[in-house]
Amino acid sequence: MSSFNEIFEQCSWEDTSKSIYAKTDADVKRALLARKRTLEDFKALISPAAAPYLEEMAQISQQLTRKRFGQVVQMYVPLYLSNECNNICTYCGFSYDNKVKRKTLSPMEIMQEVAAIKEMGFDHVLLVTGEANQTVHTAYFKQVLQLIRPHFAHISMEVQPLDYEEYESLRPYGLNTVLVYQETYHEEDYKKHHPKGKKSNFQYRLETPDRLGKAGMHRIGLGVLIGLEDWRTDSFYTAMHLDYLEKTYWKSKYSISFPRLRPFSGGLEPKIAMSDRELVQLICAYRLFNEEVELSISTRESHSFRDNIIKLGITAMSAASKTNPGGYVVEPQSLEQFEISDERSASEIAEMIARQGYEAVWKDWDISL
Amino acid sequence: MLKIADKIFKSRLFTGTGKFSSALQMEESLLASGSELVTIALKRVDLQANDDDILTHLKHPHINLLPNTSGVRNAKEAIFAAQMAREALETNWVKLEIHPDPKYLMPDPIETLKATEELAKLGFIVLPYIHADPVLCKRLEDAGTAAVMPLGSPIGSNKGLRTIDFLEIIISQSKVPVIVDAGIGAPSDACKAMEIGADAVLVNTAIAVSGNPVLMAEAFKIAVESGRMAFEAKLGGVGTQAIGTSPLTSFLD
Repeated sequence: MSSFNEIFEQCSWEDTSKSIYAKTDADVKRALLARKRTLEDFKALISPAAAPYLEEMAQISQQLTRKRFGQVVQMYVPLYLSNECNNICTYCGFSYDNKVKRKTLSPMEIMQEVAAIKEMGFDHVLLVTGEANQTVHTAYFKQVLQLIRPHFAHISMEVQPLDYEEYESLRPYGLNTVLVYQETYHEEDYKKHHPKGKKSNFQYRLETPDRLGKAGMHRIGLGVLIGLEDWRTDSFYTAMHLDYLEKTYWKSKYSISFPRLRPFSGGLEPKIAMSDRELVQLICAYRLFNEEVELSISTRESHSFRDNIIKLGITAMSAASKTNPGGYVVEPQSLEQFEISDERSASEIAEMIARQGYEAVWKDWDISL
Repeated sequence: MLKIADKIFKSRLFTGTGKFSSALQMEESLLASGSELVTIALKRVDLQANDDDILTHLKHPHINLLPNTSGVRNAKEAIFAAQMAREALETNWVKLEIHPDPKYLMPDPIETLKATEELAKLGFIVLPYIHADPVLCKRLEDAGTAAVMPLGSPIGSNKGLRTIDFLEIIISQSKVPVIVDAGIGAPSDACKAMEIGADAVLVNTAIAVSGNPVLMAEAFKIAVESGRMAFEAKLGGVGTQAIGTSPLTSFLD
């Protein structure tokens, strides 16, 4: 099977990193003026040399986003189904070696959570689990999808990577989008952060978007966990991955997220921190590089940051998120995967979006069509 | 360096053999162009005769023949023609041209896709002549095409790159070489095609019917090289974007 791995193997982390940090003022200026921007332009835009051009990047990013998407923000909410997990991940609250009470929602509990989510106004739900293949498997996902499909216009999933056949079999159940974050493209570091469990297989994860593309998934989400490694280099790999996927699986849409490492009980400190300013630079760089990709921001980010980022290139946003299974009504006190930062309600977020002259969109797809 | 299938080309100017006033003039022009891939209409070649006039004049070590299926009207005829060409000219390369419409010679996308699928399975190196249709290009890639040859404007029209907006989309997302075929009327058109990132151009009429085909062939050679150099050097942007008055990033201060 040909996959992104072939491109990945031709790149060295060190050389890529060096070439990003070697970008000059002239490279940035050329990237800003280019009519069609290349991966090399993206490097320039995420490099330290682009820092003085942040306002210019933001202006262009806003124009491009409005041209393509209009003045809207798509709203979604996560639904954590399970925190059972056989993986050890150094940064995650659900890590196998973390002593927390494990729970997988029953059908009845799922429906209680769904009712609460619907009450808030959401029509797009993101199903989240850990990786526990004995209990939370394709048959379970099918059962959940069957159960909730009548209640949502758009169902996304962020669970363990699955095989091609499994993705293909889930599509008819109304699964529209799958997010699978590489966490980091630094292979050795990846192995350090994922010492145990199926997730420790770097290559299987790296090739997951290929399997999704082959299975004809409508939308595929990419991203890295910012803080594990140098964000510039990791983001460049993400952009390269995006570029490859768009050319290969040209019928799929793509989205990018930029989760910054958040505190959780017993958590990991970021190895390399990313400032707000740098996150804005990254968001704008993605938009300048790719006018069509959806850019999503979660409640990991702060109240004021989220208010200000609306106009800078973001197209999707979660709100009122709970990151624990049963967090909305069933077991609100259970341990969260990570602490969210923006705790405002869905309607407060929608009002904030409206105040900026944008519209919160609750439904932009319909699985019944 | 341009690579199609397993062949490497130094010249990015592909040429044709039609409309010259004599076989000798054709030969001199093609030599002046530096072209290494020359398309030839199967219907024009006498496949039985050993000393077909056109073929004799194309016998140069750097010139590869690219038989085309011009004249066929559907996939079935195209596949048959390609197989004939493989026998007669000992090449599995084929320029797929299927135009049921004899007036404007517009390529049939549906038959072209069908024929590409079949021919790729049969081991041919397929270069289909098509409309500048980005979705068709991706479908052809999936079908196993070796390159795509979108048109710049109607064939033989010399109108230049009328499809430029679509060519740019095709180039930006293609995984196979993009060769702009048809409509290139002047060296400046060829140069522009190369500047926007086309991998090669195919020029025939503009060279063959010019006042001095040999000189024009050389002009195209230089234009294609120049355009490619400009693409590799990266063009500077045009103009600056107006910056709005209310700053978007002041919240970070």
